[in-house]
Amino acid sequence: MALPDFLNNYWILLPEWMRLVVWTGIKIGMILLPVIICVAYLTYFERKAIGYFHSRKGPNRVGPWGLGQPWADVFKMLTKEIVIPAKSNNYLFIIAPVLAFAPAVAAWAVIPFSPTMTLANINAGLLYLLAMTSLGVYGVLIAGWASNSKYALLGAMRSAAQIVAYEIAMGFALVGVLMVSNSLNIGDIIQAQSGGISQWFMWPLFGLFVVYFISGVAETNRAPFDVAEGESEIVAGFHVEYGGFGFAVFFLAEYANMILISALTAIMFMGGWMSPFSETGPIGQYLLDIPFLGALLGDGFMWLALKTSFFLLLYLWFRATFPRYRYDQIMRLGWKVLIPVTIVWIFGEGIAIALGWKPWL
Amino acid sequence: MPEIKNYTLNFGPQHPAAHGVLRLVLEMDGEVIERADPHIGLLHRGTEKLAESKPYNQSIGYMDRLDYVSMMCNEHGYVLAIEKLLGIEAPERAQYIRVMFDEITRILNHLMWIGAHGLDVGAMAMFLYAFREREDLMDAYEAVSGARLHATYYRPGGVYRDLPDSMPKYEVTRWREKSEVKRLNTVREGSLLDFLQDFTERFPKCVDEYETLLTDNRIWKQRTVDIGIVSPERAMQMGFTGPMLRGSGVEWDLRRKQPYEVYDQLDFKIPVGTNGDSYDRYLVRVEEMRQSNHIISQCIQWLKDNPGPVMLEDYKIAPPPRMNMKADMESLIHHFKLFTEGFCLPEGEVYTAIEHPKGEFGCLLISDGANKPYRLKIRAPGFAHLSGLNEMVKGHMLSDVVAVIGTQDIVFGEIDR
Repeated sequence: MALPDFLNNYWILLPEWMRLVVWTGIKIGMILLPVIICVAYLTYFERKAIGYFHSRKGPNRVGPWGLGQPWADVFKMLTKEIVIPAKSNNYLFIIAPVLAFAPAVAAWAVIPFSPTMTLANINAGLLYLLAMTSLGVYGVLIAGWASNSKYALLGAMRSAAQIVAYEIAMGFALVGVLMVSNSLNIGDIIQAQSGGISQWFMWPLFGLFVVYFISGVAETNRAPFDVAEGESEIVAGFHVEYGGFGFAVFFLAEYANMILISALTAIMFMGGWMSPFSETGPIGQYLLDIPFLGALLGDGFMWLALKTSFFLLLYLWFRATFPRYRYDQIMRLGWKVLIPVTIVWIFGEGIAIALGWKPWL
Repeated sequence: MPEIKNYTLNFGPQHPAAHGVLRLVLEMDGEVIERADPHIGLLHRGTEKLAESKPYNQSIGYMDRLDYVSMMCNEHGYVLAIEKLLGIEAPERAQYIRVMFDEITRILNHLMWIGAHGLDVGAMAMFLYAFREREDLMDAYEAVSGARLHATYYRPGGVYRDLPDSMPKYEVTRWREKSEVKRLNTVREGSLLDFLQDFTERFPKCVDEYETLLTDNRIWKQRTVDIGIVSPERAMQMGFTGPMLRGSGVEWDLRRKQPYEVYDQLDFKIPVGTNGDSYDRYLVRVEEMRQSNHIISQCIQWLKDNPGPVMLEDYKIAPPPRMNMKADMESLIHHFKLFTEGFCLPEGEVYTAIEHPKGEFGCLLISDGANKPYRLKIRAPGFAHLSGLNEMVKGHMLSDVVAVIGTQDIVFGEIDR
């Protein structure tokens, strides 16, 4: 990174640790800001997409094609009065949205956006991700409890039970990925899938792939598993007492989590930033040699973005069409269908590895 | 360890699934309902009492506002009561128009129900799909009466006026382009009957569309099958009518059992369920939409072939033509008397019931010979259904309460009156 001379003079004067802090801070900002903007436009995309699913138009009043809508929403949320219920636990009530939001964005640290772009290339990246995605439930639980409302409490209880069930299925699905890739490092997991679309883990691990995405949908409390905030049952569930800024933070967390789960599904099972064409593949060897187009179709961030968008669209599609599960039915699906599927799959996978038969290599 | 107790949850009246202003006090053991106590009266407007202080013909508009998603059927029950006491009958064309609009209203109501029920269970798309078709039927209301909801179209002795030759059309706005307006208006070029004929041709496909989203959907079935089961005996004991009764397997439809207007000349089938659960009631109502559509197409055919009067030529009951009033003093007096004093009904008591989309809608009219009723009692089907709510949800979970409210198709305008 080449800095102008006068800046460089100050930069080298700083002690080593401070340079690290500043540089990391800048990198965090470079991830956080786009994530938040993505969330803003995901809400717009959601409303537009679901609008067209429903044969209506969606937001079209603020700015051209309604593109200003997210900013109008943000402005409205931030300028609303913050109401804290009289008999709530004030401290927990305020800290809950933060607890929901922080893990949702912290998890982004280990996501590789392109072959070179990643904030923290740590060896236990997968473990870190599992830890961060499970932490999010504390925000929900605490919000539900601190609100001192029966609806919120019901929402929190449902959410707790649901997350426990689906966390297991999700963890098992990732164990499958781990066994195949032989690494906890996210970058290595992606590298293990190199060689074009046929080498992606979604083929040998198809069952786990499906289970992982379903669990991800449940984990983020999205339809058809949105019992924790089930609009027509418990009004808004755990965040029923939140308005304005508090609600906005929960909202941000939910959507950041959605993007995260979509990105993770893309990374774990569809090769992340890998292009579906490889240099040695039947089509890739010609396609990637074409000037300009070849560079565009090669490995890079746009593939991750494309795959993530695909899963986000699935999220919206589910929400637009499916009825909501009942709370006990979700539990049944989680414990009696998804977890057994993952266990059986991992078992089969283990046998395959032990016998040295590796279809994914 | 502290004692574990049931707790009560106040469900509504400000609740997204309360269908207006239902207030339920739920006694719950965790997520399981022990007892549901519906509280009513939050939408009480005193319709029955108001009717006692008005000439008969001025209360028709209040009937629209009872069950505000099936407006003309309410009017029908009331108008029929007046006609029965007067001993008159509307001209045949008016009867066909009434039947046609009753069925349009039934589709309107069932569309509203399928949308709201879907939304209660979480299927958001249904609501908007249903409203797309509702819009067309609302246009039909608008074309005959000038109002999209509260039509006041049925009058004692017939209907307000004959079916119009043209439909109201869309206009170009900032948000609606010329090409889109042209597309929307293509079916609106002809008369109302042409428009409705086009509707009856496309509606079955729309119902198929709703069914693809719900009928075989695993989640939908999990949420409705075996939820809120009512046995046929119990349904009759609790005074259930309409799809709530037919869903339990009792083939009771006033259009068949006590035919009024021209229902005995029309061909339609009565769907019945077998298990009496929410899913059966769903299937019954969906089939009813198809049958109503069939009835409408028969009415359209008849109405196209048979022009004629739509109102009795009895100027003591129906207003004289406006043209006559310009020159004829007697007509002017009739008009004045009718719109100030109204008309008097002979002394007596009469009960009429019609097959309202929700069940049996009855009007008990007691006249002491004056120009206003001595007493008007309305039998709203939703009232009996709501009182069965406790039985239907006991032992189910909180989410099922919402599904049951949806399947009961509750509208508070008629329950609270």
